[in-house]
Amino acid sequence: MTELAVARGALDRGRLLRLAQQYGVYAGVAALLLFNFAFTPHFASAENFRTQAVQVAPVLIVALGMALAIGTEGVDLSVGSVMALATSLLSLYLGYGPWVAALVAVVGGVLVGLANGALVAFVGVQPIVATLALMVAARGLALVLLPQLKDVRDPGMSALGSGDVLGVPYLVLIAAALALLVAFVVRRSTFGRQLLAIGDSRPAARLAGLPVRRVLIVVYVCSGALAAVAGVLATARLTASDPTSLGTLMELSAITAVVVGGTPLSGGRVRIGGTVAGAVLIQLLTTTLVKHDLPPSWTQMAQAVVIVAAVYAARERGKR
Amino acid sequence: MTTGTTEAGMPADTVHLDADEQGGPGRAERLSALAQQHGALVTLLLAMVVASLSFDTFLTGDNLENMALSSAFLAVVALGMTFVIVTGGIDLSVGSLFALGGVLAAWGSQYGTAVALLLPLAVCGLIGLVNGLLIARSGLAPFIVTLAAMLGARGILLAVTDEGSRTYLVDKDSFFATLGQGSLLGIGVPVWITVALFVLGAVVLRRSRFGQYVYAVGGNEDAAALMGAPVARTKIAVYTLSGLYAGLAGALNAAWLVSGVTILGSGMELEAISAVVIGGTLLTGGFGFVSGSLVGVLLLKVIQNVINQIGSLDSAYQQVVSGAFLAVVVVAQTWLGHRRRML
Repeated sequence: MTELAVARGALDRGRLLRLAQQYGVYAGVAALLLFNFAFTPHFASAENFRTQAVQVAPVLIVALGMALAIGTEGVDLSVGSVMALATSLLSLYLGYGPWVAALVAVVGGVLVGLANGALVAFVGVQPIVATLALMVAARGLALVLLPQLKDVRDPGMSALGSGDVLGVPYLVLIAAALALLVAFVVRRSTFGRQLLAIGDSRPAARLAGLPVRRVLIVVYVCSGALAAVAGVLATARLTASDPTSLGTLMELSAITAVVVGGTPLSGGRVRIGGTVAGAVLIQLLTTTLVKHDLPPSWTQMAQAVVIVAAVYAARERGKR
Repeated sequence: MTTGTTEAGMPADTVHLDADEQGGPGRAERLSALAQQHGALVTLLLAMVVASLSFDTFLTGDNLENMALSSAFLAVVALGMTFVIVTGGIDLSVGSLFALGGVLAAWGSQYGTAVALLLPLAVCGLIGLVNGLLIARSGLAPFIVTLAAMLGARGILLAVTDEGSRTYLVDKDSFFATLGQGSLLGIGVPVWITVALFVLGAVVLRRSRFGQYVYAVGGNEDAAALMGAPVARTKIAVYTLSGLYAGLAGALNAAWLVSGVTILGSGMELEAISAVVIGGTLLTGGFGFVSGSLVGVLLLKVIQNVINQIGSLDSAYQQVVSGAFLAVVVVAQTWLGHRRRML
């Protein structure tokens, strides 16, 4: 009798923990929203929500690629530098029109992703180190191509950065479309299945005859391409190319969004909905602190605490 | 000396191969180990010969002294990183801790040298301790914990300096300033301190029980635990050490610059990791040596110096070269060192 009760108590606690891991991020977003509705003046306005959504879009797009990389038990530290490279390429090729320039920028991201993927898949380098090398090199390359900040004066670009459809900015639409696309790929496509199988156990996936190397390369190419898209969109919004500072610490924000969203660092699971909510949570947290006049130092410390707490909460599931 | 490392680094594999198939594979193993250990040193000597032949200004006393001084601070950080990487971990917080250590030292120098040294050591050591506890006791991934610490430490730095707008100055005539600016026998004090720390670090890693535990934990954590090595305590110790070294390097740097510059240290963790890896330490853990990291730091600084001397080249090229160089070294290491592990 007592044993049964104890067992049920343990089960309930286990289930509670699992619920917290899976839906904690949504609860966090809801709590922050409620707090802001109650205590932050001028929070509940369409203008504010637009601003928040536009700010979160680039982080979200980068986080989507990061979620794929983390799903294979890897990580992509080069995303911030890829954004910088994309903005440099964009402003260099803007003379050929915004579409060509954006295409060149994305191709740059694809090439960096290809290098990452080749190092990880064919040479067998750890993802942290491979993408670290590309992180240093790509930032350097971006600065070599465009040594300092440059204004981007192009009607097409500024339309992309500040235009909207029925009140929803293009940036947000693009981010939402990409999130849906990635969620579909992860859940419904063969590629998504293969990706998760590789993240679960690479040797088992290889023995099962999956194209491990090809999938890994495609994952890092996707991550690079998505980061480049984020770089293009961020440039369009700022109407300036700043290869020195664009995308610095972006890898950290993206990893935070993915981890807070409930994707384990040990691979084998990808939660796109959670990643979106994770990116929103970080954005809301920053906004809340800023709107209540707390200095940036607090934001950074709060973000550090959130990361550790999220990873700590996810650790049981990660081990299983 | 060399055999000591090899034995400690990869005991099981080497012995197994040698006993199993004598001759060929054993020799290949030894050759690849040799290339791993001395590849960086040979490259450094080559780079220095080429540089001194190409630029008259390279082999002058001033230039060498500048290079030694600017290497010293990175070298101290890389020393702590070596211990962490040999256990199979990584510490991304060192850049922020370096900056934080410098600011705290500069602030503390108004209360005397003891405070200026002890305050950064205490704070940075504490952050390293927290890293170690989270990694060892809670089993969290090192890179994410130290990434968070990097952010947190940067936050503390901003909080201490009015959001980065205040720069604390060190009194030029104080004893603390001579720790950075003074020189002994024509060589700067930071260089002497660095050399002393490296000798100490090499002895500890090679000859002490703690050093053997560090190798054991990095080689195979489960096996180390079964052998009775205090795995958790060793891990906590290396992250604490890494924090202490980063704080000390920051303090010395502040003494050298006679101010606590707030914007320092970003990207330093990458430089330190690059130096350690270029020096031949394996990122998978269990194999590595302190002297290699020193060579790695010097090699990075020589590359930097050469690129600075070629006036027409942008300093951004240095990042491209460092990144490409790191990639080449890692690829070479993977092919040389653990071809057998991948199979």
